[in-house]
Amino acid sequence: MAKTIKEINEKIKKGKAVVVTADEMTELVKKEGVKKAAVKVDVVTTGTFGPMCSSGVFLNFGHTNPKMKFSKVWLNNIEAYAGLAAVDVYLGATQMPENDPLNRMYPGKFLYGGGHLIEDLIRKKKIDFRAESYGTDCYPRKEFKTKITLNDLNEAFMLNPRNAYQNYNCAVNLSDKTIYTYMGVLKPNLGNANFCSAGHYSPLLNDPLYRTIGVGTRIFLGGGEGFVVSSGTQHSPCAKRNTKGIPETPAGTLMVQGDLKMMSPEWVRGVSMLGYGVSLMIGIGIPIPVVDEEIAASCGTSDEEIVCPVVDYSKDYPAATGKSLGKVSYSMLKSGQIELRGKKVPTASLSSYPGAVKIAGILKKNILRGKFLLGEPQSLLPGPDSGIKFKSLK
Amino acid sequence: MSEKQVSKKIVLHFPKSLINEPIVYRLIKDFNLKYNILKAQILPDQEGLMVMDLSGKEKDYKKGIDYLKKTGVSMQLLSKDIRRDEDSCTHCGACIVICPTEALRPDKKTGKVIFDSEKCIACELCIDPCPVRAMELHF
Repeated sequence: MAKTIKEINEKIKKGKAVVVTADEMTELVKKEGVKKAAVKVDVVTTGTFGPMCSSGVFLNFGHTNPKMKFSKVWLNNIEAYAGLAAVDVYLGATQMPENDPLNRMYPGKFLYGGGHLIEDLIRKKKIDFRAESYGTDCYPRKEFKTKITLNDLNEAFMLNPRNAYQNYNCAVNLSDKTIYTYMGVLKPNLGNANFCSAGHYSPLLNDPLYRTIGVGTRIFLGGGEGFVVSSGTQHSPCAKRNTKGIPETPAGTLMVQGDLKMMSPEWVRGVSMLGYGVSLMIGIGIPIPVVDEEIAASCGTSDEEIVCPVVDYSKDYPAATGKSLGKVSYSMLKSGQIELRGKKVPTASLSSYPGAVKIAGILKKNILRGKFLLGEPQSLLPGPDSGIKFKSLK
Repeated sequence: MSEKQVSKKIVLHFPKSLINEPIVYRLIKDFNLKYNILKAQILPDQEGLMVMDLSGKEKDYKKGIDYLKKTGVSMQLLSKDIRRDEDSCTHCGACIVICPTEALRPDKKTGKVIFDSEKCIACELCIDPCPVRAMELHF
């Protein structure tokens, strides 16, 4: 029997909805089968907490007196993009301060960048603000310096063009020297294998064909409430999938939005990737309404059934060969060791598994208390029949 | 009855003035202790640093430590030196494959990263690869 999101929301309001986490759903489907689980459960909560580089915040500072049209803005010496209206900027998570040594002392440490600045804003820390302009009749001021905190800003909206990647690569290094990547430190000769997905807890792996997650889906974002705005950049729904529709390579992505003033530093963390740069670790949780058996089955998927490609980041990734060394399942990756080319290779996750578990738990609690209602998608994301192809720059 | 044996990882700081003295030699020879140097850094005109595993009979160990103190070498137990900022650690796991002694290893049940300071040799390899820099060096 199919349920609608409206019906599920009514149950949530009455405190009668049955809500389980992705892990509990996997157990339930194993024990009682898809049919029973589909009837019993109304909502499955998912979670992920990992570095997501394509993230940032829109900030509005309010006007100075006399007024000024910012053409360049720096926050703690990190430039924010000011090519917008007078006092709006966009601050990107990977932006570095102007005087950072970057990789001149290889591998660079990247101790402070846009991601850390976003975390500091949420922590209500004082931030050095500096702006320059050329001056106009309506905006005569040419420079301004002050200190600000998040409370001083009119608006601070997080808007992340690409988050919550549906599946990701497992990164290894076949060369004979250590390499420093956005997938962490990769030791030579298959010294380790790093992955970055919450596996069966991951939001888009629980709704692999985007049947419930769409424009307007309400989500847990960075400890506050946010929304899915659209599919994200590089959304690639036509990736190869297994019989259950689960992609075997990085596939769908989400653009998400939320109010920075509602977020918590526990779930928005600036991260320094040695020799690579700065990123932002973000906690995202998405509730999946169990509208029918098909959704129940996808939410019941276990890590054994989800595989990802193993990619050599010393050669194939930078050279964009598209080659993979084979596939491994998330249950193998999470066991701490995989076997590659006859060698036992220790594995590490860059995405926090305990973080994903905690987020799915928080979301479950909030829905059970009636504090979090499901958002009805106004439009669904492009799916596998969309014909979207992943393009390269030539 | 055999005497009680001890084995401790210690950090020694040698002031500039003592760098030319054969202190470790005396420590081992005169007090019948066994040592395993885990790390040593001695540069001209700078304070020297040595991390070692020192073991032997409890009585000898105490005498050896007294000797070290008398010479002017300052000493502390190693377990205090690499610390994890528990509020900062996200339990991602990036450090697990970096740590050579399994002092950082996953808890199979919870997926959290265990930091076992007893196994830590203060090699410092985990410090920079930690995305949130939760591993801190304290002297």
